[in-house]
Amino acid sequence: MSDTSTGSEDSAPGPEEVRHVADLARVGLDDDEVERFTEQFADILDYFETLDEVPEVERDADLVNVMREDEVRDSLTQEEALANAPETEDGYFKGPNVS
Amino acid sequence: MSADYNVFITEETIEGADDGPLADSTVAVKDNISTEGVRTTCGSEMLDDYVPPYDATVVERLKDAGATIVGKANMDEFGMGSTTETSAFGAAENPAAPGRVPGGSSGGSAAAVAAGEADLALGSDTGGSIRNPAAFCGVVGIKPTYGLVSRYGLVAYANSLEQIGPLAPTVEEAAALLDAISGPDERDATTREEGAGTDYAGAATGDVEDTTIGVPAELVEGADEGVRERFEASLDDLRERGATVEEVSLPSVEHAVEAYYVIAMSEASSNLARFDGVRYGHSGGFDGNWNEAFSKAREEAFGEEVKRRILLGTYALSAGYHDKYYKQAQDARAWVKQDFDEAFESVDVLASPTMPTPPFEVGESLDDPLQMYLADANTVPVNLADLPAISIPAGETDGLPVGIQFIGPAFGEEEIIRVGSALE
Repeated sequence: MSDTSTGSEDSAPGPEEVRHVADLARVGLDDDEVERFTEQFADILDYFETLDEVPEVERDADLVNVMREDEVRDSLTQEEALANAPETEDGYFKGPNVS
Repeated sequence: MSADYNVFITEETIEGADDGPLADSTVAVKDNISTEGVRTTCGSEMLDDYVPPYDATVVERLKDAGATIVGKANMDEFGMGSTTETSAFGAAENPAAPGRVPGGSSGGSAAAVAAGEADLALGSDTGGSIRNPAAFCGVVGIKPTYGLVSRYGLVAYANSLEQIGPLAPTVEEAAALLDAISGPDERDATTREEGAGTDYAGAATGDVEDTTIGVPAELVEGADEGVRERFEASLDDLRERGATVEEVSLPSVEHAVEAYYVIAMSEASSNLARFDGVRYGHSGGFDGNWNEAFSKAREEAFGEEVKRRILLGTYALSAGYHDKYYKQAQDARAWVKQDFDEAFESVDVLASPTMPTPPFEVGESLDDPLQMYLADANTVPVNLADLPAISIPAGETDGLPVGIQFIGPAFGEEEIIRVGSALE
């Protein structure tokens, strides 16, 4: 990922990378949060590294898809579906520009 | 009344049918379980004024069974926490241990039962969120087998791990509540037939004659001395009643915590993408483009633990890291399942302390998230393996509640209820 950052551990994300992941996740962060998360992620990801010791295991293969008939069923009314929207217009959700 | 322990986020009476098996019972419902017409916040500012237009299946079943719902119980935000301190509506307190946390994330549900503000409660358990507060508050909690109880109407955090389950003062009452809510649901394709027509309450006989109880050393080693003493005393009780106790080994559980958090955070990063402030939830206003408005709404309305998990999940699933974290976590999950399967070839149930420590002091764990995650070591293996488990009060150490956990094979709820009831 970002090559401009260095974390406190070799593989841990630095502040720039934390910001980058926050952008990907569409979660705004303030500077204090970036600082705290950078420090904490080093510890937490370091701990996740111990998954390297897990042997390869044969997975259960007995999973099946569960399907139902594609038929019309009762659903929310348009009014109910829109009831919690902060803004609506002419029976539609109203949101920000997409780009 | 409820202000004492901050048990409820919303106090509201929802009447059930005139009669039914729960006609004389009041129930607190965790605030991530949808109630038609009654706000459901998930302990988050994001859903501060969200009012679901439909009931969760378990709520419909409570009403059909005649129960009276008395409020929506406080919880860690979106179920993310082990103390109920990450609630946007203030921390709940532990009625059984003043100055201590009630555990989490279903802390309000357990505290409601412990304080007598409800006869029974529903919680949800993704990595221990029913058993942890049950142990900390000195009540009974059951995490059902994955697929036994419908998750329709439960606001999703980590779908492959979480189940709704009961909290109650006694094993028999918890079992009766499980009887009311379990069983297949056409609106949740992960439910199975096994929960139909159950009589779990009838399994609370206290008879453990000829029962073999396995104790995984790995789940006892890390516990505090006082907790271990209570655990050993409970095992002695069971031996006196005719049970056999033997040691078993589950080497895979040493990796369960990291596997659990990688999987849970990954699923959370995907599930919580629905909170865009457009269809429901907190809106960041419509300045700028969609990405900016979305980021702003989420910056304002999500608490720090929720942001932490979304970001770590996004990181674990991102290009270049998927195989390193997520795939290995799935391997660890398969290994944990295999270990449990092998253990149940020689024992009927497994036993461990529910939590390695007594309840934390308020504020003790908040600054160090990794330490908080490690506290879940004994409960998360059960969710990874889709198994049922029950936490029963096992007395006190220095005046603080201790819980003992019994784990059963898949759909072995009768077994753990029977063994658990022997300790009452």
